[in-house]
Amino acid sequence: MATLTLENVKKSFGKTDVIHGVDLSVNDGEFIVIVGPSGCGKSTLLRMVAGLETVSGGNIEIDGKTVNDLEPMDRDIAMVFQNYALYPHMSVRENMAYGLKVAKVPKPERDEKVAAAAQRLQLTDYLDRKPRELSGGQRQRVAMGRAIVREPAIFLFDEPLSNLDAKLRVQMRLEIKQLQSSLGVTSLYVTHDQVEAMTMADRMIVMNKGLAEQIGTPLEVYENPASLFAAQFIGSPAMNVLKGDVNNQTLSLENGASMPFTSKHQGPVHVGIRPEHIFPADDGILSLASSYAEPLGATTLLHGSLEGSNALLTVNLPGIAVGAGSPGQPHAKKFNFDAAHVHLFDLETGLNCT
Amino acid sequence: MSTQSHSGMVEKRGTSLWLTHALMIAGVLVVFFPIWLAFVASTVTQQEIVQPPMPLLPGGEFINNYTKALTSGVNVPVMTMLINSLIMALGIAIGKIIISLLSAFAIVYFKFPGRTFFFWLIFLTLMLPVEVRIVPTYEVIAGFGLLNSYSGLIFPLIASATATFLFRQFFMTIPDELTEAARLDGARPMRFFIDIVLPMSRTNIAALFVILFIYGWNQYLWPLLITTDPEMNTIVMGIKQMFPSGDDVADWPVIMATSILAMIPPVFVVVSMQKLFIRGLVDSEK
Repeated sequence: MATLTLENVKKSFGKTDVIHGVDLSVNDGEFIVIVGPSGCGKSTLLRMVAGLETVSGGNIEIDGKTVNDLEPMDRDIAMVFQNYALYPHMSVRENMAYGLKVAKVPKPERDEKVAAAAQRLQLTDYLDRKPRELSGGQRQRVAMGRAIVREPAIFLFDEPLSNLDAKLRVQMRLEIKQLQSSLGVTSLYVTHDQVEAMTMADRMIVMNKGLAEQIGTPLEVYENPASLFAAQFIGSPAMNVLKGDVNNQTLSLENGASMPFTSKHQGPVHVGIRPEHIFPADDGILSLASSYAEPLGATTLLHGSLEGSNALLTVNLPGIAVGAGSPGQPHAKKFNFDAAHVHLFDLETGLNCT
Repeated sequence: MSTQSHSGMVEKRGTSLWLTHALMIAGVLVVFFPIWLAFVASTVTQQEIVQPPMPLLPGGEFINNYTKALTSGVNVPVMTMLINSLIMALGIAIGKIIISLLSAFAIVYFKFPGRTFFFWLIFLTLMLPVEVRIVPTYEVIAGFGLLNSYSGLIFPLIASATATFLFRQFFMTIPDELTEAARLDGARPMRFFIDIVLPMSRTNIAALFVILFIYGWNQYLWPLLITTDPEMNTIVMGIKQMFPSGDDVADWPVIMATSILAMIPPVFVVVSMQKLFIRGLVDSEK
């Protein structure tokens, strides 16, 4: 149980700055997901909190105590690694108990804690096996078990699900989230998968090129993205971005269409419209040329180019919206959207200026 | 784990199968024949060896010759030489493993000034065999008064660039995440070394032990130089010392019995550690 505070945390490797100053305040028991593309510095940030990387600037506080110069073992944290990092020569039991053994916890207490954690993670039958005799999901659970037996103040997760297959990932995602909320331990979770970020986070940090683009609840980020990057990174399929211009209560798009629109902003902008906010309409102002449909069952994705421009457009329609006789060919050609769902982004800064 | 059989990899049947076996058997016979001759010579009397043609089948003097070799020998009982050799070979093998494990651990896991320099320094000594530095080494050992002692036999041969290099290569394949996990678990460096690195290296250690034991057992030049007291002779050089000088008559059956006895411990080590040895060479546990 602890709070975690980052104040203007920076990291550079030699002359290369990889993190340019991140501020974050994590409440007790909160589940924070750091999400971003590879190379954005999200893992480095996590490793700095873990104490595996030195801090080049700023301050990291756990429970109000600065930990910048503390060894990982003195920070009261536990970490789950991407490749699990289980000790290959130790049984599941020994793996889970190792941290306690080093901390000189008496054996009966150690056994008790391991047994409790194993039961919680359904590992009781596997305690005497070696990691190589376990499946990927089970190894993942052992790694979690190793973290929870130590009852740390903070859990750190470094892309823990990226080595699992898609189905198992969905299941483990739920398990991790349930485990975390039942234990109530403050957690920092790094992922490049925006679905994990949306489903697991209490709040998420969208990182890009060493900067936190936006910090907020998943729905805040989804409904009100602070920047063009956050808008395109969060949400699947990604948000459509068209070139546009706002002038005197009118928004004109690059295909020549225009619609009434109220905004403080005047002049050229990026216009973001999520695929699921576009709907078929006979008098629609967007018409798709050479479109292709991907029926997913619950929804149908239409990909095509916007007539009157060379922009690409993706539309997400509910249900099966393809012609019965010709799969791949959508019913509709013309589409419209609601002005309330339009996001505007500054051409230069990429910041939301709706 | 490579437990699955490789029999299906190359299909062999009919004549090619017979041919490969015939060649293999021929090869084994060629290699084995001198050893067989030595064994035969160790079971007959001196007369029978000297008379042509030399016998090809064992005689009835087995127990006599071997008892004579073990208890009295020529200069010193073979038993004493076997024990000397065993102490030297074990000392060299175990010492080399401990030193090279520690130096490889330092080179891989610690950042200190001149790390690369020291590594290359160690690596360079690979190019200097014992024979090249034998005179200065003798001078040093003599200066310390270690002639005719186990320490003198073992210490000059104990540092090993080869083993250090092999352990370094193995340590570098241990994932960084494992090191980090151990750090988070609170293990300090030596704790990490003992609890994680050592157990993970055990197949490599076994493989190296076999190689180094045989290396130590087969030392010839160095023991020949620094042991003048027959009580300190090792068996490999001791066989040479059994050869007569001047007009004495060589006691061939006893010499041959000694040769056979000298072969037994290395064979025993190889056979008993064969499984671990091969596992250490082909795969690393990860």
